[in-house]
Amino acid sequence: MSFRVAIAQINPRLGDLQSNLALYEEKIRQAVKEGADLLLFPELSLTGYFLRDMVPNVALKLSSPEIAQLKKLSREVAFVAGVVEESSDCRFYNAAVYLEAGEIRHVHRKVYLPTYGMFDEQRYFARGSRIQAFDCRFGRMAILVCEDLWHPSTIYLAALDGAMAVLCPSTSPLRGLAEGQTHDENARYWEMINRTYAETFSLFMIYGNRVGFEDGVGFWGGSEIVDPFGRRITKAKYYEEDFILGEVSLESVRRKRTMAPLLRDEDMDLTINELMRIRERPSELTKVRPSPFPLPRRERIKGEGSRVKGTSASSVEPLKGSKTRKKR
Amino acid sequence: MIKIPTNVTLLRQILVSFIRNEVEKVGIHRIVLGLSGGVDSGLSAMLAAEALGPGQVLGILMPYKTSSPESLAHAELVVRSSAIESLTIDITPQIDAYFDRFPDADQRRRGNKMARERMTILYDHSARWNALVLGTSNKTELLLGYGTLYGDMASAINPLGDLYKTQVWALADAVGVPEVIVQKKPSADLWKGQTDEGELGFSYRDVDRLLYLMVDERYSRPELISAGFPEGFVDEVTVRIMNSQFKRRLPVIAKVSQRTIDRDFRYARDWGR
Repeated sequence: MSFRVAIAQINPRLGDLQSNLALYEEKIRQAVKEGADLLLFPELSLTGYFLRDMVPNVALKLSSPEIAQLKKLSREVAFVAGVVEESSDCRFYNAAVYLEAGEIRHVHRKVYLPTYGMFDEQRYFARGSRIQAFDCRFGRMAILVCEDLWHPSTIYLAALDGAMAVLCPSTSPLRGLAEGQTHDENARYWEMINRTYAETFSLFMIYGNRVGFEDGVGFWGGSEIVDPFGRRITKAKYYEEDFILGEVSLESVRRKRTMAPLLRDEDMDLTINELMRIRERPSELTKVRPSPFPLPRRERIKGEGSRVKGTSASSVEPLKGSKTRKKR
Repeated sequence: MIKIPTNVTLLRQILVSFIRNEVEKVGIHRIVLGLSGGVDSGLSAMLAAEALGPGQVLGILMPYKTSSPESLAHAELVVRSSAIESLTIDITPQIDAYFDRFPDADQRRRGNKMARERMTILYDHSARWNALVLGTSNKTELLLGYGTLYGDMASAINPLGDLYKTQVWALADAVGVPEVIVQKKPSADLWKGQTDEGELGFSYRDVDRLLYLMVDERYSRPELISAGFPEGFVDEVTVRIMNSQFKRRLPVIAKVSQRTIDRDFRYARDWGR
């Protein structure tokens, strides 16, 4: 299965939904013209990034007319929109919405919200609580937004959940200069992890960033598609608006996973067991800290064949004296 | 000896883009700036000319009777080499008129009055010419509080505000600010014989290395001393930064309502842009 991906490296207007919707439409037309099958927009590109107290003003319910307009546009080309989603219980999410053939197929709510240094996301947004792959007409994919990818757990989960390509809408600010480089230190870091993840998890990394400035903070652009062999299929300009295209062939995933079946050999149960042990480990300062939630019951993963190798429910011994453990 | 990471090619590209973007997005196409004859304003003028076109940049020279003739000559040199528009306004009459009433005023008061007079002229011309005021304060000055509140510190946008003086020199050199300006000893020229480094008591190159480690790299006090900076120097600079924080914030507002400006009323300057 081979499909053409476009990335719209745009400069949205902060807090101006109408203007950004028009920009979306323009880029969708361009994607159609260039024969793209799937178009990626950057994180929060429908709203701008440093929204601060404007978040409630630009938030959209999935039932809103603006989203209806996006659904209609997705009949022409599938695309990922970067929006502020308002839930039915009035929470605001930094969300990426995948639309295809007139419908919303998947929503990823950003889980890891940077709230340090120059960032303040968790003040305004609710955290997402899922990392899931989803099926679309091109195959099985996942969406992870910007900071999500700075936690290797997310790409790990996406890969184990079957994603063969990861769409990464981003709104990444430029920062840090180094001698003799054509791009800033933050850009360098991103390029390193895109490549490392693509090769290590043998999948496509489809990374879309924005450009322009908001209150003096510039965004570094540099959007790219990296294949499972760590090769860059296409690369956008740094710091300037751009529109790039790349052919994604899932056959590459098959070939890479045949040559190096790292995912096949990944022992998920070991990871789960050790995480549970580590979670119960007493800290230096306090006694054994009970889990905030009752621990999940051990059960085989349902679905397309378990990847478990011979581990059983009793492989995790309850810690003596731990109050939250069920009596066996 | 630590080296502050500097990339003149990238800096130039980013700062030119910054000026263009932040000016044009508010529907304006010009800037005004004060030309002192120093390297910061010289560099800012050239970056602005590159961003907007030289015809869209107005450099205003505002000497006082005690300003060194060299400063004026250097400011004129910047105008010639960047081909920007310019205007010279002697501020002596208005400053002297005021201090005729307060003849006991000391050097510091007079210097600050001059800085603020220049600010009012720049803002008046920004209205006259439909332009934004471009600030020229660098990161070293801003951190040390070596600037006049609502004087040279006042501006709409400031491209050099995240560059240490050392980096300003490197970029000025790369961009082609006349060498004589890049090489000379920095001076606010508010009274005869004044030099920045004389007033501060240390050199820019030394303090920039300290500031870079202290601020950018967040070195602790013991780490800075291990890095070779004298204890007294570290402490003196730390105190200067703390004591000048008021210059880097909006005025302190007494909170009495549920939603107070700049505390729980938080919007970007680029609101809707």
